[in-house]
Amino acid sequence: MTDTLLEIRNLWLEGRADEKWNPIINGVDLTLKRGEVLGLIGESGAGKSTLGLAAMGFCRDGVRISGGSVMFDGIDLLNSSAAVKRGLLGKRIAYVAQSAAASFNPAHRIIDQHVEGPTQHGVMSRSESEADGMALYEKLRLPDPAKIGFRYPHQVSGGQLQRAMTAMAMACRPDLIIFDEPTTALDVTTQIEVLASIRNIVEQFDTAAIYITHDLAVVAQMADTIKVLLKGDEVETADTRTMLSNPTQDYTKSLWAVRSFERPLKAPAIATAVPVVSVQNIDAAYGKVPVLHDVSFDIHEGRTVAVVGESGSGKSTAARCITGLLPPAAGQISFDGEVMPVDYRKRTKDQLRQVQMIYQMADTALNPRMSIGQIIARPVEFYLGLKGREKRARVDALLNQIEMDPAEYYNRLPSELSGGQKQRIGIARALAAEPKFIICDEVTSALDQLVAEGILRLLAKLQDDLKLSYMFITHDLATVRAIADEVVVMKDGRVVEAGPKRKMFKPPHHPYTDLLLSSVPEMDPDWLTNLLHERGVDNIGDAAVGKM
Amino acid sequence: MNTLITLVICLAVLAGFAWTFRRLGQYGTRNAPEYRDMPFGVAFGYVLGVVVLVWLGLAYVASLGSDPAVANKFFFLGMAINAFVVFSIAAWLFRVAGQRVGTQSTRKLFRSMPLTASFGILMILIYGILAIFAAWIAPYGQDEILQGVAANIIAGGDVALGGDPEFPLGTDQIGRDIMSRLIFGAQNTVGIAFATTLLAFFLGGSLGFLAATVGGWTDQILSRGVDVLMAIPSLIFALLLMTIASVWSSRLGIPLTVFMVLIIAVIDSTRVFRLARAVGQNIVVMDYIEAAKLRGEGMWYLVFREILPNATAPLLAEFGLRFCFVFLTIAALSFLGVGIQPPLADWGTMVRDSAAFINYAQFAPKAALTPLLAAGAIALLTVAVNFVVDWMLHKSSGLKE
Repeated sequence: MTDTLLEIRNLWLEGRADEKWNPIINGVDLTLKRGEVLGLIGESGAGKSTLGLAAMGFCRDGVRISGGSVMFDGIDLLNSSAAVKRGLLGKRIAYVAQSAAASFNPAHRIIDQHVEGPTQHGVMSRSESEADGMALYEKLRLPDPAKIGFRYPHQVSGGQLQRAMTAMAMACRPDLIIFDEPTTALDVTTQIEVLASIRNIVEQFDTAAIYITHDLAVVAQMADTIKVLLKGDEVETADTRTMLSNPTQDYTKSLWAVRSFERPLKAPAIATAVPVVSVQNIDAAYGKVPVLHDVSFDIHEGRTVAVVGESGSGKSTAARCITGLLPPAAGQISFDGEVMPVDYRKRTKDQLRQVQMIYQMADTALNPRMSIGQIIARPVEFYLGLKGREKRARVDALLNQIEMDPAEYYNRLPSELSGGQKQRIGIARALAAEPKFIICDEVTSALDQLVAEGILRLLAKLQDDLKLSYMFITHDLATVRAIADEVVVMKDGRVVEAGPKRKMFKPPHHPYTDLLLSSVPEMDPDWLTNLLHERGVDNIGDAAVGKM
Repeated sequence: MNTLITLVICLAVLAGFAWTFRRLGQYGTRNAPEYRDMPFGVAFGYVLGVVVLVWLGLAYVASLGSDPAVANKFFFLGMAINAFVVFSIAAWLFRVAGQRVGTQSTRKLFRSMPLTASFGILMILIYGILAIFAAWIAPYGQDEILQGVAANIIAGGDVALGGDPEFPLGTDQIGRDIMSRLIFGAQNTVGIAFATTLLAFFLGGSLGFLAATVGGWTDQILSRGVDVLMAIPSLIFALLLMTIASVWSSRLGIPLTVFMVLIIAVIDSTRVFRLARAVGQNIVVMDYIEAAKLRGEGMWYLVFREILPNATAPLLAEFGLRFCFVFLTIAALSFLGVGIQPPLADWGTMVRDSAAFINYAQFAPKAALTPLLAAGAIALLTVAVNFVVDWMLHKSSGLKE
């Protein structure tokens, strides 16, 4: 038995778009030893996922393999029959998809989907596999491992589902698992649990893995070797420590440098000045479920207040209260010292104009049937009453402001833009209203790091030019570090801690702030190990890790 | 019992053929992936397809044969095959023409167009031209009883069988030219059905989107109202309302047809309402709708500028289907005597008028052709509309083959 498990040689992949075949992967080599974890990083569109799937001998619809070979343990995956592949996939090669919520069948219980692989491949009987599944759930530190499998996918949280999916991939004890961004959709605090579980179980069963992600800090914790992809070409490959300490290629260096963006500190706001937005003691509820309790904070002119917290902490609800979409049950919101009606329908056009919003998913925030020009022109026309040539000139100016060429983009549809460009259009639409205050709801969390950095720099520049105030909702503390002036930490609908950024990033913290801060992955390969060691048994039940 | 045994034996033989076919393919191509991974069902499908094609070929040859008994048996099949070939060629030529003539964008449209869609567009164009210029194209008037011409002339113009080259599609029981009536029928039936469907979509669509956008009480009232209307069997309801309307129409001096359009539109709009509401509910949760609401946009802008453009795909598909149903409802009402009133030509009425001739299909297929002409006109348009709608759906959903 050789030491090499997976060997990809000179692999070429093509995708069909606009009625011709375009290259996706250009002659990439990849070698994976038994028990080795390879990190595959790159921006979206770099071909990471496609390569990951090709390592299983599989192509999505509209993609074809045009050259090269994929050898898995001496078996030529590209030229073997469907029957041979059926015997391998699920049994010896497993796949963990990015969105567990979308990958589980919502109509079947988790355990029923778990046992499918082992029973189909004849590895175990159903009852054995069920028992094994529960053991795996325990190892992955899922709560109540004996019963959680009997729930339906919608009855467990995203992080738990992601771990259940990892357990499912482990069900046949495969030799190779391909993880396709398994933690991208999760909060930092949940991400740690999933990362620790995955690393643990991979180590324990000596499974080889390909770990696909765009987050360098994450890959640094997981991988032995890192391969960087750019537009289908390999940029460089090296073992993790070398790669982190000494990247040789410019592109890799630029990826590494992203997290270094940080705005200079501003002088503290004058306490007596009237804040642009003042949230005073608001309580809010969805129906009968209370979400916010006594939330207050102020946002001053030309400043950024970052609201941080994990999902469900009420960050976005606070934003909905400010916009008037969810009238709070108690408390008031004032703008420039004037109390605003709580319901957006009762606000004047000018009040509406002053508060604009940029959304997390630029895909759903732009009407797919309107051209870029129409999208931006609408608020210009609606609020400022500009028509014809004046309107066009204003839209062009806005497009220039977000660093996009009006001549090229005016007539395009949102579907013809990249994620970062769409987000820029979202910004332009907010700017078109000439507001004083913009709510940014996780605007960079769906973007690659390089693109996200561009957006942050743009927002910072606009703030300096136009004296805008931002409420910046995020769960990513690196973003907070980059752009915030003040930070509000929320948990379970309450403000846990608030203050200037400088103070927030220095101890002593509130314990929850501390948990959040320490959960942000760092570019140090030992970070996760050290962190788990430090935390010991407190918050993620690491006792199990020790015992395994 | 014998039939059953024969069927089983046939299937077994086919299965044998399928197995051999796959095996031969595997040997012949040295295990190319298509043959190697071909499921048995697919191989069986190929063999079955070949058998059906061979049978069609044989039947076509039989339909041309000199023995009238056999030829009559396959008469309609032969005609269908002829029509299929002619229409395919016409559609192909139309597409080629479209690729050469026109602006840059229409040429690009035609390049990526499947043959079915170009057939559909061609047919709709022809129907449209016939409907608009019926008065100039038709050789006779739609209610013109031709003096001195025999009634019930058989279609085809074959003198030996009782036809008359002067009337290529024959005449009906009281001696009206069927071709002229078919052409005028395009105007009456298609025009009225089209207007009705448009009205139904305007009503149902805007109310459905309104219900989805506003929600709450408005939604409850509209939806329950629609439920009540849908609870009554639609044809009986239409009949009831038409009976009432026939009294009103004479009293108010408004043509009954106007009432018919309104009644069918209202009844059909309930189905459109359901669809528009469901589609709209998926759209109103999008962030861009929230952004528009927060901008302070009015309901009109929300419904017609933000929601409608994103709902066109499912609504178009429904339009194709609904158009056909409206068509059939009109025909049914005409059959019952409350629809399009004689002497106006209407395809539904024309089918009914000569329905008795269908009995001749066995031994004198050309005599049975008379009622089928109007039915064929309905069928052809239905198919054409659905082809075009399919293609539009395919394009707008961004699906690639």
